[in-house]
Amino acid sequence: MTEIITSDKPAADQDPHPARLIVTLALAGLISGVAIVGIFEATFTTIAENKARELRAAVFKVLPGVSQMQKLAYLDGQVVPLPPDASPEKTIYAGYGEGGKFIGYAIPGEGPGFQDTIKLLYGYKPADRKVVGMEILESRETPGLGDKIYKDAVFVGNFADLPIDPVIEVVKKGRRDSDNQVDAITGATISSRAVVRIINETNVIWLDKLPATGSEPVMPAGSDEVAHD
Amino acid sequence: MTESENRDYNEFIKGIWRDNPVFVQVLGMCPMLAVTNSAINAIAMGGATLFVLVGSSFLVAAFKKWIPKQVRISCFIIIIATFVTIADYTLLALVPVVHKELGAFIPLIVANCMILGRQEAFASKNTVRLAVMDALGMSTGFVIALFTLGAVREILGAGSLFGIDLFGAAWEPWVIMILPPGGFLTLGLILLVFNWMTQRKQMFMEKVAEAQRSDS
Repeated sequence: MTEIITSDKPAADQDPHPARLIVTLALAGLISGVAIVGIFEATFTTIAENKARELRAAVFKVLPGVSQMQKLAYLDGQVVPLPPDASPEKTIYAGYGEGGKFIGYAIPGEGPGFQDTIKLLYGYKPADRKVVGMEILESRETPGLGDKIYKDAVFVGNFADLPIDPVIEVVKKGRRDSDNQVDAITGATISSRAVVRIINETNVIWLDKLPATGSEPVMPAGSDEVAHD
Repeated sequence: MTESENRDYNEFIKGIWRDNPVFVQVLGMCPMLAVTNSAINAIAMGGATLFVLVGSSFLVAAFKKWIPKQVRISCFIIIIATFVTIADYTLLALVPVVHKELGAFIPLIVANCMILGRQEAFASKNTVRLAVMDALGMSTGFVIALFTLGAVREILGAGSLFGIDLFGAAWEPWVIMILPPGGFLTLGLILLVFNWMTQRKQMFMEKVAEAQRSDS
């Protein structure tokens, strides 16, 4: 014999209609979406400006003596000033001194570090075949150890005048006996090696593509601004 | 102090000491251990958490009548995630340097169980005013805990505080303190001290009670 169990809950306590749950969640999602779009729109210009300024500052830092720059891209087998409508995957920057004299390239590179991808920018003077500066754009290396790749002035100074031939090598601190060698940071060998490896690998990608010395793209007169992306 | 002011005060103060989210409830451990390797990171993380918690508690308490209990957790998460996104973009626009340091941990505030915990345990059952007081207290407690940990780890692990060198060149930093094990070690020691103090206080109160009983 089965007993019929009747619900003795008062009507108000019963589960709300599923439609009400859906409507509540949809409304919450809608309001949240509007808020997120709002904050994105409100901060977009500032964020883009910050990024452009940071990159500009980095280019000027890794290429001493530069006062103007333009963005270059590798299109149809040659390195040309970036056309306004193109958005190629990889771009580099050409730096020019007073009077539009070509100085060197600022080349962005990235690769795995100790914890996450390291993104950096380095200055390269094709005339001397030398790296003349290096700036870390993004890294999540261990604070206090790996972050010395950008906080330790001695390590960064390694890249101020560094011949790239045959390749850049990392040696233990104090064991440097050749110009193309970099002193590793004590306790952050992996991060130090990562920086050098990124530069070597990026060199392999770009150096063959760069135009011959003397035939670099010229700086268009009357503009010293790169196109924002 | 009127009764309601007293209640406000109690809800505020409990998060700082008696129910401190880190030292007593041991919640929010992920950001706690991840970003406390320097004092400034700890403060920035605490500030972002404060903003998210106060904002979410306010909204949850204000809209609690309209949120059916079957979908409450989803609603809380939507509200929290919205505030986190706002905090993320605001930090990125206003202080890019700090954002660069905290990076991946800002979005993870969504997963800080202390925030969801306060919505479920307090804001969804109390008035807007009390919910905001509770949120302010809890996040102040969180900031204090984060700062304590961050300061200890930065002083021992890097020999500096807020990036200012404290001991000069002769100091050999205890590198382990700014690495993850240092976080666990410091937190463990602080919890030890905290529990020891709580226990001492309890024993003292018991002695007082006993003395009063034998007097009468």
